[in-house]
Amino acid sequence: MSMTTEEPTSETAAPRIDTGRNRQARTNGVILLALAALAALVFAPDSSGIATFRLSRPTDAIPLSDLAVPAELSIQIAAALLAFLGVRQFLRGGARWTSVSLGLGLLIAVAAFLVWATAGKAFSLTGMLQATLVRAMPIALGGLAGVLCERVAVINIAIEGMLLAGAFTGALVGSLLGGIGGLAAAVGIGGLFGFILAALVVTYRMDQIIAGVVINLFVLGLTSYVSSQIFQEHRFLNNAPVFRAIKIPILGDIPVIGPVFFQQNIFVYGAIVMVVVATYYLFHTRMGLRARAVGEHPRAADTLGVNVYRTRYINVTLGGMVAGFGGAWFTLGSVGRFDEGMTGGRGFIGLAAMIFGRWHPVGAFCAALVFGFADSLQQKLALLGVPIPSEFLAMAPYVATIIVVAGLVGRARPPAADGKPYVKE
Amino acid sequence: MQVELRGITKRFGEIVANDSIDLTIREGEVLGLLGENGAGKSTLMNVLCGLYSPDAGEILINGEPTVFRGPADAIQAGIGMVHQHFMLVPVFSVTENVVLGVEPTGLLDHLDLEKGRREVREINEAYGLHVDPDGLIETLPVGVQQRVEIIKVLFRSADVLILDEPTAVLTPQEVEEFFQIIDYLRDAGKALVFITHKLNEILEISDRISVLRRGKIVGEGDPAELTRPKLAEMMVGRPVTFDVAKAPVDPGPVLLDVQDLTVLRDNDEIAVDQVSLNVRSGEIVGIAGVQGNGQSALIETLTGLRRAAHGTVRFDGHDITRVSVRKRHTMGIAHIPEDRQRAGLIGKFSVAENMVLNNYYSSRFSSGPQVNWSTVHKSTARAVQDFDVRTPSVFEPVAHLSGGNQQKLVVARELSREARLIIAGQPTRGLDVGSIEYIHERLIESREQGCGVLLISSELDEIMALADRILVMFKGHVVAEYDTAEGPVNKSSIGLAMAGAAL
Repeated sequence: MSMTTEEPTSETAAPRIDTGRNRQARTNGVILLALAALAALVFAPDSSGIATFRLSRPTDAIPLSDLAVPAELSIQIAAALLAFLGVRQFLRGGARWTSVSLGLGLLIAVAAFLVWATAGKAFSLTGMLQATLVRAMPIALGGLAGVLCERVAVINIAIEGMLLAGAFTGALVGSLLGGIGGLAAAVGIGGLFGFILAALVVTYRMDQIIAGVVINLFVLGLTSYVSSQIFQEHRFLNNAPVFRAIKIPILGDIPVIGPVFFQQNIFVYGAIVMVVVATYYLFHTRMGLRARAVGEHPRAADTLGVNVYRTRYINVTLGGMVAGFGGAWFTLGSVGRFDEGMTGGRGFIGLAAMIFGRWHPVGAFCAALVFGFADSLQQKLALLGVPIPSEFLAMAPYVATIIVVAGLVGRARPPAADGKPYVKE
Repeated sequence: MQVELRGITKRFGEIVANDSIDLTIREGEVLGLLGENGAGKSTLMNVLCGLYSPDAGEILINGEPTVFRGPADAIQAGIGMVHQHFMLVPVFSVTENVVLGVEPTGLLDHLDLEKGRREVREINEAYGLHVDPDGLIETLPVGVQQRVEIIKVLFRSADVLILDEPTAVLTPQEVEEFFQIIDYLRDAGKALVFITHKLNEILEISDRISVLRRGKIVGEGDPAELTRPKLAEMMVGRPVTFDVAKAPVDPGPVLLDVQDLTVLRDNDEIAVDQVSLNVRSGEIVGIAGVQGNGQSALIETLTGLRRAAHGTVRFDGHDITRVSVRKRHTMGIAHIPEDRQRAGLIGKFSVAENMVLNNYYSSRFSSGPQVNWSTVHKSTARAVQDFDVRTPSVFEPVAHLSGGNQQKLVVARELSREARLIIAGQPTRGLDVGSIEYIHERLIESREQGCGVLLISSELDEIMALADRILVMFKGHVVAEYDTAEGPVNKSSIGLAMAGAAL
């Protein structure tokens, strides 16, 4: 008998292997360098004077003075920082810090962009952050609805339709019964569509994507028809009250943070509460453990006496209710009136937020803030008169979605059974 | 506690999976249930643990007739099953898996994991299991995962434990440890049912043996009075030879030459780490190892399904590291994939269509863009006969064939081409004894005709019976190599190498 033993030598092999991660790190380095070049060569020469950022309004309890920065110099500094990050990323490839430095780089690039846009003018930073939170809410609630559904392995493409149904119902019932009634009806209709989706995909095992698309098309068609045929005739049916911002005492007076977090309407507060409750539910309760087990390994859950079908029904219906609440934001939390297709793809961006947030309620909420920021940025930039056509500015949230989903997500892992129907033996 | 099955019958359509079976399970005893795949062992146990309801017959617990409406009822009655395919949530911790379904809770449905952890530790100590309550399942070795399954059953205070093919995924050393755990459980007064098709193991661990064939109990007895050939004959229904007749090896030139091959998994982990090996014509090289140590990635790379991150693969002197799958086929590399249902066959396609999946384009079967189906059907009919594939016709969807016949069809397709190198991954997994014998004969025949064979199997007995040289893979490395020409190979030494203890 002969036998040879080879020493494991994985360390020596590592540098020669072209892993996806290394490639990704280099790509990120190139992106950072391109951003640095953009800042240094396009933005900096075009910026003169002082960029003034307002941090508080004259009416605030504790007024802060404005933040004034010399435009060209600060953009050059930003470009230098970006170039440093880019070179470091390209040469060192630092796998662990890749996402961090890319995120930091994007932040610096956005800041440089803002300084360029504001050069010689004044811009309310607090106002933009406040708008960020407001505009992030439908996305965050859509993302949370997605988390609740996909944690039990039901892909919910119908969030867009549920948002739209919530917006429509909120406007209609809100016009008749007032804001609270409208909100309750929106939550109810969202839950109803959640239940219908669950019935289609859990009981009848319809393809989850097709079932979602069907619901989206149905809601879009029905609400568009009613709003163009009936709301045109009877305008009082589409004239709902709007929930105003409620200032929380003391906390609302903190500079910057106060207006952003504690002078908001019930949709913002509601979303934050729901994120906290959903996190507790999914990760700290018996029902949450069972829900996650159903999403990861339904057969195992079934053999242990967990009712897979009922768990899916409950979670998808809950998700629908959250989406219905988010839909009411469009009418009761914003303009008080329903317009055709007014959700504008926020449900799909919510799904992107869910993925970016790694199927975690808090993650989805934070991801939604990124999209909300892009959304409010384009709105404020249009006011500043930036020499970019408004159509391109309006693309910002969608472009941000593509960048985030394609590049920044990293290796997030969806629930193992996601999208697969469960057939009992 | 005593459980008695009386006249249990279970049908699936036309097929009678269990035919009036009587069985008694007693506490403090290990009942060995022996049978081939498809004999009805799993069906019977699924009846016992409440997943199936029997069409006839009754279950008596301590003499009382009992009806199970679902798994929850069986668990309630103290019957727990350790499934062959583990029912564990990979991203959960040990404790989370153990408590799932019977969670200790506090106020507001709050999950009391601390209490669960304490109980897991208590069970650990009582039965010598040594499992970290906070370990994440997907990071644990298979043997430990199996112990988690046992803890799960004990946590539900089961008195009857059904172990379905528990040793299929274990290394020889893990099997030893597993048998110790079984001894502990037996001494603690638990009743155990040990389901297997492995004769040695059933003789070693059982107190009583029942043999199941085609849904019926065909024999019962005391392991002290039974022998391997006798059991095998009961199980298969005819005498079985265990030794594979093999002429002495006379290897020719090197056919496959792998140098410093490194392969990554989809998640960029290293699956195969700087492996060098070669296969000469006229020899069978066996790769032993517990599943998940890089064998699958190695096969995928050699057959062109996965990119090599580093290193070279040469076939007959040509560098084929970056050559396409089809080119490899035409060069004479045959591939019997690990998972015939996923990679080898298309279930809804007919026998004939599956037979030409990788050579329909050759001039034999096609003229231009058109496939000559009549030629395909004729040629398939011949191959089906040559390779003993039992099918009603060549038009039958392969999903309707038994596992053994499906695998014979794959073998027929690969070996009826002009193959010079055969790469076979787990070629006999899940097959009946007859099909295993047949496929072994075919592989040896190919070797005698001068083919090189690379055989990858987690069944050590199969490797020992067929291979002329044996390599052992562990964590992506080849950790040991044995040459049978230089004398008999020590099985326990291979077992140690499989467990990573390179000597």
